[in-house]
Order: sequence, then C-alpha cells, then structure tokens
Amino acid sequence: MTATGAPTGLTQGSRTKGGIGESTLRPDGVLKVTGEFAYASDMWHEDMLWGQILRSTVAHAEIVSVDTGEALATPGVYAVMTYDDLPTDVRHYGLEIRDTPVLAHGKVRHHGEPVAIVAADHPETARRAAAKIKVEYRELPLVTDEASATAPDAVLVHEHRTDRHAPHVPHPNIVHRQPIVRGDAGAAAGRADVIVTGDYHFGMQDQAFLGPESGLAVPGEDGGVDLYVATQWLHSDLRQIAPVLGLPEDKVRMTLSGVGGAFGGREDLSMQIHACLLALRTGKPVKIVYNRFESFFGHVHRHPARLHYEHGATRDGRLTHVKCRIVLDGGAYASASPAVVGNAASLSVGPYVCEDVDIEALALYSNNPPCGAMRGFGAVQACFAYEAQMDKVAKELGLDPVEFRRINAMEQGTPMPTGQPVDSPAPVAELLRRVKAMPMPPERQWESSRGADVRQLPGGLSNTTHGEGVVRGVGYAVGIKNVGFSEGFDDYSTARVRLEVAGGRPLVTVHTAMAEVGQGGVTVHAQIARTELGVAEVVIRPADTRVGSAGSTSASRQTYVTGGAVKHACELVRERVLETGRRKLGSHHPAWATAELLLEGGKVVTDGGEVLADLADVLEDEAVEAEEEWRHRPTEPFDPRTGQGNGHVQYSFAAHRAVVEVDTELGLVKVIELACAQDVGKALNPLSVVGQIQGGTVQGLGIAVMEEIVVDPVTAKVGNPSFTDYLLPTILDTPALPVDVLELADDHAPYGLRGVGEAPTLSSTPAVLAAVRDATGLALDRTPVRPEHLTGTASQDPPGGARNVTSSAPPGASAKSRSARGT
Amino acid sequence: MDFLRPASWEEALAAKAEHPTAVPIAGGTDVMVEINFDHRRPEYLMDLNRIADLTEWEVGADSVRLGASVPYTGIMEHLSTDLPGLALASHTVASPQIRNRGGVGGNLGTASPAGDAHPALLAAGAEVEAESVRGRRLIPIDAFYTGVKRNALEPDELIRAVHVKRAGGPQQFSKVGTRNAMVIAVCAFGLALHPGTRTVRTGIGSAAPTPIRATAAEEFLNAALEEGGFWDNGKIITPSAVKRFADLCAAACDPIDDVRGTAAYRRHAVGVMARRTLTWTWESYRGARRTTEGAA
Repeated sequence: MTATGAPTGLTQGSRTKGGIGESTLRPDGVLKVTGEFAYASDMWHEDMLWGQILRSTVAHAEIVSVDTGEALATPGVYAVMTYDDLPTDVRHYGLEIRDTPVLAHGKVRHHGEPVAIVAADHPETARRAAAKIKVEYRELPLVTDEASATAPDAVLVHEHRTDRHAPHVPHPNIVHRQPIVRGDAGAAAGRADVIVTGDYHFGMQDQAFLGPESGLAVPGEDGGVDLYVATQWLHSDLRQIAPVLGLPEDKVRMTLSGVGGAFGGREDLSMQIHACLLALRTGKPVKIVYNRFESFFGHVHRHPARLHYEHGATRDGRLTHVKCRIVLDGGAYASASPAVVGNAASLSVGPYVCEDVDIEALALYSNNPPCGAMRGFGAVQACFAYEAQMDKVAKELGLDPVEFRRINAMEQGTPMPTGQPVDSPAPVAELLRRVKAMPMPPERQWESSRGADVRQLPGGLSNTTHGEGVVRGVGYAVGIKNVGFSEGFDDYSTARVRLEVAGGRPLVTVHTAMAEVGQGGVTVHAQIARTELGVAEVVIRPADTRVGSAGSTSASRQTYVTGGAVKHACELVRERVLETGRRKLGSHHPAWATAELLLEGGKVVTDGGEVLADLADVLEDEAVEAEEEWRHRPTEPFDPRTGQGNGHVQYSFAAHRAVVEVDTELGLVKVIELACAQDVGKALNPLSVVGQIQGGTVQGLGIAVMEEIVVDPVTAKVGNPSFTDYLLPTILDTPALPVDVLELADDHAPYGLRGVGEAPTLSSTPAVLAAVRDATGLALDRTPVRPEHLTGTASQDPPGGARNVTSSAPPGASAKSRSARGT
Repeated sequence: MDFLRPASWEEALAAKAEHPTAVPIAGGTDVMVEINFDHRRPEYLMDLNRIADLTEWEVGADSVRLGASVPYTGIMEHLSTDLPGLALASHTVASPQIRNRGGVGGNLGTASPAGDAHPALLAAGAEVEAESVRGRRLIPIDAFYTGVKRNALEPDELIRAVHVKRAGGPQQFSKVGTRNAMVIAVCAFGLALHPGTRTVRTGIGSAAPTPIRATAAEEFLNAALEEGGFWDNGKIITPSAVKRFADLCAAACDPIDDVRGTAAYRRHAVGVMARRTLTWTWESYRGARRTTEGAA
C-alpha cells in the first residue's frame, strides 16, 4: 500500500497472476455480449405456471369490490389471489418501514399498485385472466406535491403511522425530515459580499435496467419454497418474504439468478412474494417475468426533488454560508426514503468547506410512483443544485468556476456539515485540476471537405442542422458521495472461503451472498483470493442464502464490504494453513518459525522468496475453510435536530468536465465529451473501475438531457412507461469519455480502496447542465433539460408533470432570484 | 387469432376480401408492438412475407414504384439518388435492425402522424397503389391520410406499392427527437424542389392529427420564386421570403402538447426546419446550376 496522499500508477499488480490491480476479465462478459448468458427471465421448469399481476389503473382510490369469479373460471387458470387470500397476518413489507401491502387492501395509493395475482399454464392466459378481474374503485383526492401533502385538509396517504420517524415529522405525509444546523448561517450571511439563491427541480429518473424483474418459485417437498430471482440483496428479500408466507427463513431458500442490471431498482421486492404465494398455493413452480411496460411500475424510481438554495460568499471567493431545503417526493410507500433524506441532507453542501450551514431535507408521502434507491441515492439531486449554485456564485464574483471551487474545496480533515471530519484523502481541487488540464476536443469536428458530417452534430442522422445555430459550451462539476450504509446501520458482509487440493492442485472456493448485478464483484473476489492465498484457481460459488448476508449491492459498498469479508476470510484461511504447515513441517526448516510467511504460486514462501513447501504437501487431503462476518467502522445516527454525528464511513469524489454543442435554435444538445477524474483509493480491477466510471457518467448524462418518468400532475398517472418515450442515451448520444483515475489510499479500507460506482453519476449531470448554460446563456434550473426549455417554448399548462417546469425563461433571460450586494 | 399466409398477391387479396378485419403484417415493426402490448388483438393476422414482389422496386421514367415491403435499408442503399428525401427519412427510422424489417407500406398502413416516411412522400409527390379483388387504384398521397392513424384504404384493400416521383431537384428531410438516434419524431419536415414544374412541396410530420403539407407556404414560395425569377437567375432567396415561408410552415401546424414535446415547441421547430431545409436545397440547386453552367 502506498503512503496516503501519494498517487500511484494503475499498473501495479500483486505478485500473484490474476490478483488485485490487474484487469482480469469478467467470467460472464463473453456470455453477455454473445447473448448466451442466462438471465432470470430465461429460467424454465417443467410443469411451471406463469404468474401475472393485476395493477391499479388509478393512483388513489378506495377499492369498493374485487370480483375474481370470471378470472378463476378461465380454463388454464390455477389460482387467483387477493389480499384476503394472504396466508398470515403479516401482509406488508418494506426495506425499513413495512408500509407496502403485498396486495392492495381497501385502497390503492399509486398508479400500478398490485391488486391481485393470477397463475395460469400460459403467460397469455394469465394476462387475459387478470384482465377479467373486476375491480371497482372510488377515487380519492390526490397528494401530488408538497402543497397538497401538507395542506391543512390534506388527505393522509398513510393513516395511523407507527414507524420510528412518525413521532418527529411535522406532518404525517412526510416520511422523514432531517435538519442539519452547524455554525450560524444567519450571522455568517452578514459577512457575505454576495448572496445567490436558486430554486431547482430534479425530474424522476428510472433505473431502466434492461433485464426486467423476473424470478421462479419452486415449492419444496418440505413445505418450503426455492426462489431463484434477480435481486440486489438476497437476505433483505428473505427477511421480508418469509413472514408473509408464514415460513421460517430456512424454508425459503433463495438463489441469485442472472441479473440484467439493477442501479438500486432491485433493492425493494417486486415479484418475489407473489411468485412464492402462487407456488405454495398451486403446488407448482411459478415464473413471473414483467414486460417493459410493467417494469416501469414494478420498481421504485429516483426521487424527483425540489431544491431551494442560498449561498453566500466574500469578494475573495470564500463561501460564508449555505442554506438549503430539499424536498424529495417519495411517492406512495417509504422504500428507502428515510436513508435518501439522510444522504441528501448530509451531502447537500457538496465537497466544500463551509462552517455555517442551515439544511433541511425531507421526503413526502404522495400518490406518485414510489421512489427509493437509485445510484447516487439523494446525493445526485443535491449535487445538481449545489453545483448550479457554485457556478452562479462564481459568475456573480467574476471568478472562474473552477477557481472558485478550488478556493472552497474540502480536503482531508475538513468537517462535513454533520461535524464529521473527512478522515481520508479528499482530492477535490486535484480532481478539478485534472479534468481542466485534459486537452479539449477540437472545435467544429463536423466540418469535412464533403460538407457537414451530421453524425457529429446535434440531432445526428435526423439531419436537423449542418452547423446552423450550433454553439459550444463547457461546464465543470464535482461531487461527494458516501460509501456504504450510514447512520449507525450494522453494515456487514459474510464470506466463506475454502482452500483444498483437488487433482493435485490447490483450489480456492469463495462463497458469498453478494448479488452480482454487473458491478464485477465476481471478478474482484477471485482477484482477492488469488492475492491473499497465492492460488491461481478460484471458484466463485453462486450467491444464495446458504451463506450469511453480504448486504446490498448498492451504496458503492460491495468491493469494500464483501471484498473486505473475502479478504478477511482468506487471511483466516492463510493463518490456519500456515499453522498446519508449522505443525506438520515446522521441523524441516527453521524459517517456519522465524520468517514472515506468504502463500504464493501454490506454495508457502518466506518474504525473502524461499520456498518452504507446496500447499499440496501442507494440506494433503485436508480442506481449510473459514466463514466470517466483516464490518466496516461503525457509524452513528444523525442527531434528529442538529444533524450532527459521524454518520458516514467513507466518501468518494469525482469531477467532470462536459463539452457540449447545442443547436440553440432547435434546443438539441450533443454532448461532445464528458471527461472524468475520480479517486478510487486503489483500483482492484482498473478495467472494471473505468467501466463503472464511464457507465455512471452516461447515466448522469441521461438525466441531464433526456431521462424522465413523466407523471401527470392531475391524475398522478405515469405518462411514458416505455422505451419509446422514456429515452435512454444510445451509443450515438454517448460522447468520448476520457477517465483519469487517482489512487489515494484510504487507510481504513481494504487495500485502501474507495467505492467507485456512484460518484461519477453525481457530477456528470451538473457538468452537462453547466455546459448547456454556458452555450445558451440560459438559467436552466431543471433537469432533464428538454428542447422546449432551450427555445422558450415550454408550455404554460402542459400535461404530464411539465407543470413543474420553471426554466421556461426565454433565451437571453437572466438568472432568476439572484440578489447581489455590493462590497 | 388466425394466421393467414397467402402465397401470392392474388391469394392475399382474396383473403382480405373474405376477412376484411385481417391485419396485414410485413416487417411487423408496428403491428407486433401493438400486439405485444395488447393494444390490439386482430381476429386475423395476414403475413405478407411470402409475396416476393412486395420487396421489389422499379425505377421508371418519372417515378419509382416502390414495393410496400422494401425495407428502409434498401431505400437508403439503392434509392438515395432517385428518392433522396425518402432515403434521408429512412436513415432516421429507429435502429438498423428495424430498418432491415420495416418498409413504407407499414408506415402508410399505420398512418401515424409520427411515421418518418410521410413528410418525404408528401414533399416528393406520391401515389399509393391500393388493390382489392375489385380492382386497383392509385390514391394521391395528399388524399391518403384521413385522420389520426386513419387512411383512405377500403377494408378489403391492401397496399401493394407506392409510386414516388423521381427527384428532379434537391430534397431534404429533418426530424427532431430528443436524442441523437432511435427516436420517435417530436416533429419532422420534408422539402423537395421540383425545378421541372418550378414548384416546391413540403411535408410535415407529428405536428398535426395527420401528416400534412404546408400548402399556403408552398403557394407563397412558388409565387415569390416565380416573381423574382429565382429559378432562372439562381440567386439567393431573400431572407424575408425564407422567413415568411418558415412562418407559414409553422402556421400550418396543428400540434398538441404530449410527453414528447409541447405544441409551441413543435410549431417553432417546424419553422426552423423549414428555413434550414429550404436554404440547403436552394444552395444545392444553385450549386447544381453553377456546375451545369461551368460544364457547358
């Protein structure tokens, strides 16, 4: 490990081939790109039935009646179940708050809520039978935003709340509220030479993973059930599923099946309980696969947010204070809202030094689609707003935006708004310096001797411009994300590692319950085992619940926590192997007792490189196995009034420079380049690290210019549940993505590593927005920014959520809500 | 659902006469989406893929007879000289896979205002060859679109081909979507110069209940070009005339607000595209004139 603070090259590997630091290839990579990988939706079982969910067609209504008669009478239908058919008194589930009914009871609270489930011998039969279920609704008034949620006569989305946040929230339609008060923002404002305020709106993004929710439940002979499912956290699912089924947890055996992306959207349950219920009811295996339409209703989304910020600064460019209020729309059920609130609040100032802050973040209950975990988790919304603010302040001060950020950049030791000092490298200024120093892409790349190359222009092959109206803009942003679960959560993982000799060669088997959702944990675990045990052959067992919990594949935590658990278990195995060696062979060579011993190349060697024994001779037919839980350093809850507390275990930082070209007349944007610099502590697999950074960057680009679930403000119904109208960036929308990786070790983490996956999703979006502002001169206080926002043609009273558009200022309009004071 | 697989055009016409509710399917890029999403459940599905001549085209003296199932890829690869506007439009259809399957017959049959081929067909000038057991007729493209996703076909008719005028001058096609590929039109615009008749034709997509021409804009421009002798002198069209043309194109729209865009944006964007495509085609026309004169 290198000294803290010193950058290291990415080529440094371990002494064992295929160990950490090498770009070993994914075991599933070729299968995935050739279409041969078995995803959860590919599973099949003899005699299996197909499950189908009937979902509500309205957002908020009493259920007057449900008539399943005709559906049940349909030939081929084996079962129809409603709330009344649930087997136990546990009829709700939830990640933290069990507020989500397995099937709707008495009322529905959002568009697309499950009301009934059907099992039939053909998916089409199941679908048609579900359509024959007659549900009579009596519609209720809607809660759709903060005003309707907290109005004096507001209808309560959940009556009789008993969760742990209920006593401290100002209104029952607020899931959780976290204030953070540090210093005296009011007094500090008096020292400010400029004060800049802004109101921002962040749209509802979807994880839009390509593999829809799917799983297969197989009833067991012991009355239990085997569930094969694409998920992010097997044991969290198990904890929620078993009580609803009335089974002990050991009778619900879960195995991870092929996951086609997750990004937070599989942290909550989807079809798991429904498939198990139908399997236990019919005694037959039941498979459920959502189609794309249903998938948009089948998982939580990223919280849309309204953010109000006030920043003050002195003339020499130092922040005096930050005040902010972040209102997240959690939708109908709590999901991960409380934790998202904690993140949004604690990370709301960004990676900057500011002693005087007054912060409030809260999440609403509403009748909009439920929102929960998504890559970046509360930090994304905040970063979009505080980075817009930093640009506004810099402009007001006449400072270069990067220079203004550098002046205020936090570093190791800087206290967070929560009072927690950042106790590992925080190279914020260095990351900005690096992205700024990268060469700029050439201007007017579309020009060629044969005329305009439209592929290089906004609009692409749609042929909307040959250069007319095209203006370049450049923008910068930097962000801070916590790694791992926070606020006192017991965030542990479990690994079982076995070393034995098979066919004369040493073999390591690693077994964890970690959900491989594409992040590359299966690759990294093998690398860790090779590094720690000096054995080339490593088998990664499928993830299941026959081993302890690995925690969630989220919060950028798996390489840290499950990687840490694998490392720890390997270390135990190594100690035991060496003990065995000393016992059996210690008398053969004095170094067994005196030297530092390592396992390398299938042998026991001294740190001087002298070979003492083959592992085969040490182990003979003995297998050495260790299973251990491993934890990162504990965290603390935030104080409910002041928000103070050591709530996070690690932070990660990324900076972006966006170069865009905007067709200013048509409002079309082409991102030319999105350069990123990120500190990863230690790149266990550099290729995977760069892949994570590029993927996160593109997901941030998506929310900047196109991705949004449009919810009608009048009906609370989803307007675009399809890939026709929920637009994701295609490869033609994906710019060059140069990446500069720093490795400044965090001495508290295994190998000094830092969680990678989320940080690039934060700063990508505000960098693109800043670049579009630079190109157009528009204020642009919402994301995604759409062509109508860039051309002054946003509708005053449009359908589909665009009611909330606040950036309809015509071209040339100045930044709004700005008040500047002279020195 | 019954699946009909006629082996010949005559069999297809007979089947359509017997089962007027039968939905023809060729590339399936519209129909299968609707079936998969349960938006329609036709009694009969008629597969036209066994009828080989639907994927053939014939370049005549004045027009191209384009089989209803000629895929967009084929138009891009083989017909970009004769049908430049339609070839440009074909480039913007969905993804390469879809362009290998989908054809203009499907676009016409669905008659969605967002169909990418329509503005190019309107601008070029075209006739739809419709046929039934009762006989064959040519429907002028201007009379083909009768309402939102409705067309002039009789229940027993099938689209066999579309006759598109061969380009006698420059043509352009532009489409606005909110990403740079694989996107459904927020609005689209086609423009064709017809030096032979000294006329300009337009086509507008996704900005009215049906694909439309901006006839008032065309009439204005035709008159302005004639009056200024532009077809002969090849001068740059005066900016005020270009602007007036663009404004009239925008005024021809009757758009709505929906999840893809606002009505105000569509109107605005059609105006911008009208101005740009007119500039491009006219520049091209002037350039061609200069080349011709230089060679003479």
